[in-house]
Order: sequence, then C-alpha cells, then structure tokens
Amino acid sequence: MYDIAIIGAGVVGTFIARELSRYKLKVILIEKNSDVASEATAANGGTIYDGYDAKPNDFRGKLTMRGNELYDSVCNDLGVRFERVGLLVVALRQEDRNKLEDMYNKGVVNVPGLKILDKDEVLVMEPCLSDEVVGALYSPTCGVVYPWELAIALVENAMDNGVKLLLNSEVTNMKKENGVFQLTLNDNIVNARYVINCAGINADKINELLASPSFKIGAKRGQFIVLDKSSGLTKRIISHCKTKGEKEVSVIPTIGGNLLVGPAMESIEDGGANQVTAERLAFIKRSVSKLSDKIPLDQIIQAFAGIKAKAYLSEGNSDFVIEESPEIRGLINVAGINSPGLTCAPAIAEYVTQIVRDIYQAAGEVLVEKVDFTLRRSRMVRFKDLDAQKKAELIKSDVRYGRVICRCETVTEGEIVDAIHRNCGATTLKGVKRRTGSGLGRCQGGFCGPKIVEILAKELGEEMDEVRYDQKNSYILKGTV
Amino acid sequence: MLQYDLVVVGGGPAGLAAAIEANKNGMKRIIVIERERELGGILQQCIHSGFGLHIFQKELTGPEYASRFIDQLQALEIEYKLNTMVVDILPDKSLHVVNSQDGFLIIQAKAIILAMGCRERTREAISIPGRRPAGIFTAGTAQRYINIQGYMPGEKVVIVGSGDIGLIMARRMMLEGAEVLAVVEIMPFPGGTNRNIVQCLDDFHIPLLLQHMVTDILGKARVEGVVVAQVDEDRKPIPGTERIYSCDTLLLSVGLIPENELSGKAGIVLDRITRGPVVNEAMETSVEGIFACGNAVHVHDLVDFATEEGRRAGRNAAKYVNGELKRGANSIKIEPGWGIQYIVPHIMELGNAATLFLRVDNIYHDVNLVVKYDGEILKSLKKEYMAPGNMEQLVLDGDDLKEKKPSVLTVEVEKRNAK
Repeated sequence: MYDIAIIGAGVVGTFIARELSRYKLKVILIEKNSDVASEATAANGGTIYDGYDAKPNDFRGKLTMRGNELYDSVCNDLGVRFERVGLLVVALRQEDRNKLEDMYNKGVVNVPGLKILDKDEVLVMEPCLSDEVVGALYSPTCGVVYPWELAIALVENAMDNGVKLLLNSEVTNMKKENGVFQLTLNDNIVNARYVINCAGINADKINELLASPSFKIGAKRGQFIVLDKSSGLTKRIISHCKTKGEKEVSVIPTIGGNLLVGPAMESIEDGGANQVTAERLAFIKRSVSKLSDKIPLDQIIQAFAGIKAKAYLSEGNSDFVIEESPEIRGLINVAGINSPGLTCAPAIAEYVTQIVRDIYQAAGEVLVEKVDFTLRRSRMVRFKDLDAQKKAELIKSDVRYGRVICRCETVTEGEIVDAIHRNCGATTLKGVKRRTGSGLGRCQGGFCGPKIVEILAKELGEEMDEVRYDQKNSYILKGTV
Repeated sequence: MLQYDLVVVGGGPAGLAAAIEANKNGMKRIIVIERERELGGILQQCIHSGFGLHIFQKELTGPEYASRFIDQLQALEIEYKLNTMVVDILPDKSLHVVNSQDGFLIIQAKAIILAMGCRERTREAISIPGRRPAGIFTAGTAQRYINIQGYMPGEKVVIVGSGDIGLIMARRMMLEGAEVLAVVEIMPFPGGTNRNIVQCLDDFHIPLLLQHMVTDILGKARVEGVVVAQVDEDRKPIPGTERIYSCDTLLLSVGLIPENELSGKAGIVLDRITRGPVVNEAMETSVEGIFACGNAVHVHDLVDFATEEGRRAGRNAAKYVNGELKRGANSIKIEPGWGIQYIVPHIMELGNAATLFLRVDNIYHDVNLVVKYDGEILKSLKKEYMAPGNMEQLVLDGDDLKEKKPSVLTVEVEKRNAK
C-alpha cells in the first residue's frame, strides 16, 4: 500500500515525484511506456520562459515566474545542464514595434532585466538576423534545457530517495474503496491512499476512470527541425511578434549546440499522431527564413513532432487543471500542462505538494520531511566535457571510458554502460540516446547504433535481435543472417 | 607527450595509402590512428567485388583491396593504433587521443593527414515526413549489421536512393532471404552505375521506380509501410499517385557527407558545398602542415581515386616536413562556374601541375568543359555526357598557366550550340 501513486512520468510527474520524495511518504510513479520522459517531454523545444507575456496575478504566469526562478538550483542539484541564453522577441514590421512596448509594459513588472532593443542593438546581439528587423524585446532570464535529461535526473534522484518506479504499466482501471484507491495495471494492482494524475494526453481518461468528465484533453502538435551544430549561429532563443492566428516559429539553441526550429503548433484530433508532416516542415522553413536567411536549412539532421495536452474546461476555455477533484477526494488532477509547462513544472510540484499537505492536514496528519533526503543525484560523467587530466584519470579507473562509441558526440562505452546500469537505467537505443547524447549528432546513430545495440545486448543479457529502439515491439533487428 | 613526424587520422583506404606513400618518400616516424577494431575502414564491410580496377586492374572485394594496403603497411613497419579515437586536433598540430590501453595521449606531430572518411546522409537530409519507428536504416548501417554483426535489419524492404550503396544493399538483402519491394529514386535517372543496375536490380527483378519519392512512413513501433508517390518535374509528389508498400524496413542511400568534426576543431576552413576542407593541389588544408584526403575531402566514386588522393597527400606531407613544399607565393583560386557543383583542389600554386576533380550540377550532353581566366578560355574539353554522379577530372599542366599568371581560374560547362 502506497501513500501516493503518481500516474505519468513526464516532466510534471517526475518533478512531483522528486518533490514528494523529500517527505516520509511511500510514493510510486507509474508509467505506461518502457522509459520515463517518452512522450511530450521527449519532444519539447526545451525553452524555459520567464513569464513576460503573463497577465498580472494570473495563475499560470505565477507558476511560470516561480518555475523559472527554481531552475538554477534544481538543475545544479541534479547535475542537469541549464543555460540562461536569453530570448529575443523580434519585430519585423513597423506595426509590431508597438506590440513590443505593450509586451514590455506588461512584463516589466515581473521580469528582471526585460529590455526593448532597437534594430542596431538587435543586430549586434544576433548578426544573423534579417535586416528587416525593427526592434526586439529582450529577456535575459529565459533559458534552455534538455527536458528528457531533466526528467530522467528527477526520477533517478526520486528513486534514490525511495520512490518506486513502475514502467510498462498502463492504468486500465481505478476504484476507490474504504478510502483506498485501487489501480489496475496490465499485470499488477497498486493500492494507494492518494492518486496524482499526470497522464498528459490521457489525463481526462484517467480522471474519468472514477470521476465524471470535468475537463477534456485536446491535442496540440508542434514540429521541430534540428540543425547540425552551426557554429553558434544564434546565441539566444529567437522568437517573433505574432498577429492573431499567426503560428510561432522560433529558433532555439540547444544545450548540445544544435539549433531547433519550430514548433508552429496546430490542433489535431488524434493525440497519438506524433508524425512529422511535409506541409508543416515546409511552413517552418518558410517562416524561419523571414527571421534570418542565414539559417542553414540544408543542414537538417533530424525532425520530430511532439504532442502537448491542453485541458478544456468548457468549449474554447482552456487552462491548467491542478486541483483535487471536487468529486473524488484524494484524486489530484494535474492536467493540460501545455506551454509553458516545462517552465512551470518545478512550481507545479511545489503547488501540488501544498495540496497534498493540505489534504494531510485536513485528515489530521502532517507531512514529515526526511532527515536523510539526498539533494543531489550521483553525477553522470560527460567524458567530452572533462579536461585532459580528468579524462586520463577516468580511463585509468575504467578502461571503457577509453572507447569512444559515438564519434559525433564523443560518447564513450563507459558512459553508455553507466546509463544502462543506473537506477532508472536505459533499456533501449533511444534510452541510451536520451541519457548520454549518443546518436544526437550529424550521423544520427548511423555509426554508433550497431555498437550500442551490441552493448545493450551484453549488459542486459539479451540477444542483439531482442534489443529495442524505443517502445514495446520496436525491435531493431529481425533475426540472424 | 609522444612525437611523430606524421599522424594519419583514419586507417581507411585514403589514410593507408597516405601513410605508405609518406614512408616511401622518406618519412620515418609515422603513426596511423584508427577508431575501429581493424584497419581498412568501410571496405571491411563491403564484401562484394568491384574494387581496384584502376589501381590493380583487378576486381577485388573490399576486404581484399584493404588487405593489400594493410599488408604493405605492416611490411613497412608503419605504426598504427586500433580502437583509438582522436578527440581533438589543435592548430599547433598536437592531437588528443584516447583508447583503453594508453588512456589519454597527447601526440605532437610535424604534419597531420586527415582521412576520416565520410558518413551517410540520414532521412532528414531529404526530409521524409511520417513517424519515427524502428526499421529505418542508412544502407551502410544495414550493411554493417549483416556483413559484420550477422544480423538481419529486416525482411520486407523498400530502398530510397539508387546510388551504388543502395543497389548493392538491394542485392545483399535479397541474397540473405529478404524481399526488396522497390528502389525509389526521385531523379529521372539512377544514381548508381549501369553495371549495378543490371547485376543488383534487374537480375533479381527488383523494380526501380524513377521519379518517385517516399512521402510518408507508417507504423508506431516498427515500420509497417511507406507511401510512395510519383513526382513531377519540380520533384514534387503528384497527388493521386500515392501507393502504400507494406514493409518492415526502409533503407536510405541518399548520399554521403565528409566527416569533419575534427577539422573544425583544428580551425580548418571548410568548403560549404563539399563540406570537406578547402585544399590546394598538395592536399594541404588552410592550416599549414595539416593535409586531408579521400572522402573526408569530397566523396569519391571509386576507392581507387581515394587511394590516389591519399598517396598525393602522403607525398606532399613528406615534402612539407623536409621543407620542400613550395606554396604561398603565387596562389591561384579555382572557382566553380556555371554548371559546376564543386572543384577540388580549391587553390593551386602557379608553376605546379594539378589534377582538378569536379562534379557537375546536372546531366549534360555534348558540352565543353572549359577553364577560363579573365573571360579568356585557357583550356576546353569536349564532353559527350556528364552527370553529377560521375566525378570529372581535368589536368592542368603547370606550363599552361605560367605565361598568364592568373590569380583566379574558373571552370564551367559551356553549351556547344551557344557558340
């Protein structure tokens, strides 16, 4: 019997799991995929916003600002790469120039360092931008992370602090009897006093296993193209002023030094339709060309689509849903966490913890902090970031760090083996990629793929043709020759 | 710190030839650094025949071709390190090298030859939309799984791209019991040689779909099918021509890109088109004493040509270390003109002879390939047929240019009837 069951190990579920692991609680994190951070969190642009466009006293805006503020410490504690690269909202038309003023006036109350730049200042900052630029709003506190790296780190740390992770487990039914929730999984039953629903695109379905419909999840799809490491063409996130209905296409410099271009969000019917489409990619390329004609669109190494969940309280009225279900006490819904959900996630975790605290209090109990809570997770070694002496020492301690497996990103066998054997270890080719960065480079795993499959097979005690690419049944090979 | 006269980065055909030739030209302290577990580069997985017709007048398999050079390297007692990766090259010609035995090494070289080869373009290079399931491989990766590791990448296959690697893999998959449903080529002509079309496709009754493209990939966990459509003259899919092929595997043979992560670190100037280093006729890069050759410079049609280029780099690296390499006094820039994609070398020294390697940007019939200086034609060659898939060679005799002392030469395609 668990105190709390969290359904969904995306960045929201993992943040909550980690936050709750500070307390003397038995927590279980349940994920239907074979790895954490497999859906929206795996296909996100990674921007940490600052809330410049939030309405004053708006709930979402507050979470954004608080979330942004928390990022430095949480990433530092977990050894997750986070860079405050800053963001420019560029105006390309004279009429947009006034919009910058409006945005500035709205944002300056809450956002430190917000500034309006004139054309020359913008072009000094980002010389690759179009000469048509008339000005920009500059926000220095926006940043970037790899969302999956963060979510994996959160789970690892949560597990170090006693949280149990259950993968490959879809919640198919939920009952509540005598104040206890009973969750039916594919081959298992989990009992818990409280349930936190972070099921993303399926959050309404999970809610409706017990409660009557109070919100509907709609799917929004964004698509990104990934450009080869382009010698730091833009240092900052570049966005643009939008007219009503205009799709946003931003340029995002990633932690790894690539550029992302997207997402041009669109509403779609099928929440599972995470394919890229020719029309959208063409649109993204056309749109970004207006921002700069120097973006090397002939150096695309990857494209991906991600689905975000939007929660509709009624027709056309959507918002984050973060509350204890008024109908089913003890069921906390955390639903519709679409943009800027990644930014808000640490603040949402605090907020949800407060809800849990209140529930406990109402029941005459208290949440007790653990004295032995481990703030930091055991560090991941990134061989390529070490200096010469550290590299030498590391290879001396373990020769596997002397074997470079991914040549584009300089990832060693030592790092891959470590990624497989950590507490929330990789079991698939993509799992290794998300943890080590292997295959993220120009050849997209062409050279290292076969070698990593070999390592996975050896370390997991599988045959090579049992190794999967990503999810269930995604076997890479079809038997021996 | 280890000291060598010459460090060759990469033990494939170009690197092996470079090391051997440098040795023959009197260099003694040479080391080849190879990241794989054996020398020979990609040749080791190319178990089909067809290599060496130019250099050995014989049809060899990839491993046979490689072994001729590996044997020679060993006979000459040239040092090499396997399973060893160069992680950094500094402009002062020191290299950071790692492996399991030695750990982390710094090697100081007098000269460096870059011969890292190339890598395959991925699905994104041609922007194939659709899902991202398992079962999508570049042809070379599939070749490695079958020929080196002994595993089948799939059972029902569609291949995109009719370059030679794609054609060879179509045959290879058939021979191993897989079913190849089609080879899809966007251009109106195949990318590979006629011989491979006959021997790899026709002999196995594999349809070659010219002017077609894959417009969608289906399947969530593993590929379940691809949508293939006919394209119009602008290479855009024609609505209504889509056809679904049920398959579990998509192989991509859509071109190669020189591998130059290291060149960038060493501060070497790269050509925007070839994506390889800018070189002169001695195969020297923009950083003095660092040379480059083979597919790391530009992608060759035949391994024999990569070998030749390696030899040239090796010869000149030896000259450089002996202080005999003449350069810098009167450089001539060689620029691609109308109809030309790229030319290697990019620069040559007045008074030296040079062989220019170039690719045209389209199919041309009955044209002239002309070398121009200041609007004046220096040299003109009649060409019945030129295609982007066939590298052209053009020899410039040192004496051709002595009189004129040009600073820029342009090579272009000239239509004959336009005259």
